[in-house]
Parts: sequence; structure tokens; C-alpha cells
Amino acid sequence: MSDLLNMLGLAQSAELLSLSPPGWGGNLLRGLLNSLQIAFGAFGMGLVIGLFGAYGKLYGGPILRDLLAVYTTVIRAVPELVLILILYYLGSDLINKVSEAMGYGRVEISGVVAGIWVLGVVQGAYSIEVLRGAIQAVPPGQIEAARAFGMPPFMLMRRVTIPAMMSFATPGLANLWLIATKDTALLAIVGFSELTLETRQAAASTRAYFTFFLAAGALYLIVTLFSQVIFGRIERWARRGQPSLRGGTR
Amino acid sequence: MIGLRDLLKPHRILLILLFLAFVVWCALSLRWDWLPQYAPLALEGLWRTIWLLVVTTILGFLLAIPLGLAQAVGPWYLSTPARVFCTVIRGTPLLLQIWLLYYGLGSLFPQFPAIRQSELWPYLRQAWPYAVLALTLSYAGYEGEVMRGAFSGVGKGQLEAAKAYGMRPFAVFRRIWLPQAIRNVLPTLGGETILQLKATPLVATITVIDIYAVSSRVRADTLIVYEPLLLLALVYLVIAGIIAFIFRRIEKQVPSAIQRR
Repeated sequence: MSDLLNMLGLAQSAELLSLSPPGWGGNLLRGLLNSLQIAFGAFGMGLVIGLFGAYGKLYGGPILRDLLAVYTTVIRAVPELVLILILYYLGSDLINKVSEAMGYGRVEISGVVAGIWVLGVVQGAYSIEVLRGAIQAVPPGQIEAARAFGMPPFMLMRRVTIPAMMSFATPGLANLWLIATKDTALLAIVGFSELTLETRQAAASTRAYFTFFLAAGALYLIVTLFSQVIFGRIERWARRGQPSLRGGTR
Repeated sequence: MIGLRDLLKPHRILLILLFLAFVVWCALSLRWDWLPQYAPLALEGLWRTIWLLVVTTILGFLLAIPLGLAQAVGPWYLSTPARVFCTVIRGTPLLLQIWLLYYGLGSLFPQFPAIRQSELWPYLRQAWPYAVLALTLSYAGYEGEVMRGAFSGVGKGQLEAAKAYGMRPFAVFRRIWLPQAIRNVLPTLGGETILQLKATPLVATITVIDIYAVSSRVRADTLIVYEPLLLLALVYLVIAGIIAFIFRRIEKQVPSAIQRR
């Protein structure tokens, strides 16, 4: 193994990337774990916002609908980087105001929570649009039939709307998840030590820029490819029992 | 678009009034005294943002055409590299790509005396060529995937008809294939261009002074947090609105798809 690395001139890179302290591999993996944690949290928060927002946009009153339209439009037109800064300062200011009012003094917010809050709000806007489209694609007859059976709204959502819209929503949600994993890189700019920032620190202190950035790129790529496989399975599961889309129109 | 009649519904009037009150409150009670001092710098930054957006969109699109074509109809030795390129670009964060090019290439180039003595060296020492390169490749990666679908979506009969008229392959491509492919993806193209706009502030991390970098500078100099950020968000909203408007105009001008199934 080491002979092979020597032959390719990669021995130095392998040493730099090794998991034990002289190498920086452990730092990269810790960064990756942080990134994934935030991506999971933000994606989940986005789903919750998206579900309520989509219902609000479809069935809500005129004021709620207009407010949601403003939310989705503004979030989707302003760069994530700017939103992250605004939401980051806004969130920490609000929490500090509240805690000072309650007599606790200033609070240090953990990077993970801040990251989830910031990216979750951004993801929510995209989720609303994906889920709204998916709910609209459910044949209205199914929802009417459930209503005719006397199902209360929440049971209707749980038993009919969500299972029926899953197959329409999964491609869009898979995309959102990939965006979430990549957007965690932006948190490097507010100083949160996720994969990209760890990589940069490792690269800057060893001057081996290519080694570390390529390694981090490979990690992100593995996450992406792995997620695609998982979401492919989920989509097949969500589509079970439905006629195949292939061989139809095209 | 929302017509005037829709805008005058009672609840909308109320919302607009509330919004105006918010704007007035912002103008009166927040600090804007830094604005005149930084206005020239901000204009310069704005110009650089727009320049970056336009240049990288056009270059990226030109690169996306062969990428899409290779994936749609190319032989395996062309389509495989194109697909790998698109997957890698779409699978890794843009920030990482920018830093890889800037810090990686930037630390590699000075080691070669040939590059140091070449005519290009004064440019290679600056940050903007790396920014342009990274943004162009990123746009090409995303757009290459879109164009793949667009090229394979053009009806086969159209291409056969063009061939039957005796057009050479390049004429078929220029007159029939490309225009129809572009027309089919115009709405997607508009969305991708807005995404590209939202990617431009990342170049501020490699010392390119765009509008985002100017706002960071104001925040660092004056310790004012919200005002520059709010103004910055507004600037991006306006630019995104203009892009959406331009693409809607273009979409209106091209004839809509003729009886596609």
C-alpha cells in the first residue's frame, strides 16, 4: 500500500490526510459531521415550515397567503450569504434581548443551532413551493372523498394528502437536501467550523491547498452520490403501486 | 403580474401601508449617515457584481452548449467526461470550488518561472480571473445538465426535415436545433441566471470587491450591522426583479412552442 502511494508521489498527501493528529483527516471528518448535522436540522426545519406554509398558501386567508408569497419571493431572490448574515445577527440579537429581559444576561448561541435556524428559514421558502406543487398534484377527488368520509383535517393530511403527494414531492425534496448539504459551506463565512472552513484552515497551515480542497470536494461528492441513491429508493417506494411514468408520453 | 385592481383589495392596501410605515421607520430611525461616504465605492461594487454576472453567464452558457450536446448525442468518450464534469460541479459547494481555484492555482503558479515571466502574470496575480473562471465553470455545470434535456427534447422530425432540405450539420444546429432547444428552456434559464446572481457574493471571500464586499467593509468600518445588510438585500432583490423582467420579455417575443405533444 505505502509502496504504491510512494510510486504515485502521494505519500505526502496521505500523511497529511491521515486520521491521527499529525494528519488533518480527523478534522475534516469532524467538519463533515458538523455539516451533515446542520444539513439534517435545516432540512427538517425547512420541511416543517414548508408543510405549514404550503397549507397556508393553498387554504389560508388572503393576508396569510400574501405574507407567505412575500416570504418565498424575498428569500428566493436574495443571496443565501446575505440572508445568513441577516438571520444570524437577527437571531442572536433577539435571543439576547429576550434573555436580558428575563434577567439572564447575554447567551452564547451554539454554532449548530444558529446554522440550523439560518439555513432552515432559507430551506423553508423552497420547501413551501415544492410541497405546494406536490399537494396540488394530488387528484382533488381523493381529498374530496376523504372529506366525504368525515375525516378531520389533520387525519386527512396524515392519511391521504401526505402519502399521495410523496411521489410528486420526492424529486424536489431530494434537490433541496442536496442544496442544504452544499449551503452548509456558506456557514464558513460566519466562522462556523464545518467541512469547508476546517479544510481551509488545514490547507492554510500546511500549504497543501490542492490536497485538502480536493479531499473535501470528494467528501461532498460522496455525500451527494450517496444521497441520490437513498432518494432514488425513497422515490421508488413512494411511487409503489403507481403506473410507471416511463413508456408513457416520451 | 398583479394588476392594479388586485393591488387595491383592502387587505393588500393595509399590508402596503404597513410596509411603507416600515420603510419610513427604517429611513428615520436607522443610521444612514455613512451612505454618502461609501456611495462611490458601492456603485463601483454594484458595477463589478453586474459585470461578473453578465460575463460569467455568457461564457458559461457558451461552454454549456457543447457540454449539453456531448451528453445528449455524443459518443461515450465525450459524453462520459461531460457527465462527470457536471456531476462534480453540481455535487460540491461553489465556495469550495472558488477556494480551490484561487488558493490552489494561486499557490501553484508562482512555482513555475515560465508563468511568472509571461504576459499573463499581472492578471494571474489578481483575484478576479479566478472568480470569473469559477463562476463560469459552475454556471456551465448546471446549465450543461439543462441543455442536455433541451437538446434531446427537440423533435426528431424537425432535424430530419432540415437534413432533407440539404442543410449541412452545422446549419441544422444553428438554424433548427439550438434555437428550439433554447426556446424550450427559457424559463429554466431565467431561474438559473438568478441563481448565478445569488452566487456572485461568494467572490468577496477571495478579495474581489463586489457590492457584497462593500457592505462588509461598511460593517467593519462603522460597526453598523443591519443597515448595510438591508440595503444589500434590497439591491439584490431589485437586480433579481430586473432579470426576471428581462427573461419574461424575451419569452414573450419568441413564439410559443408549436403543437408539442
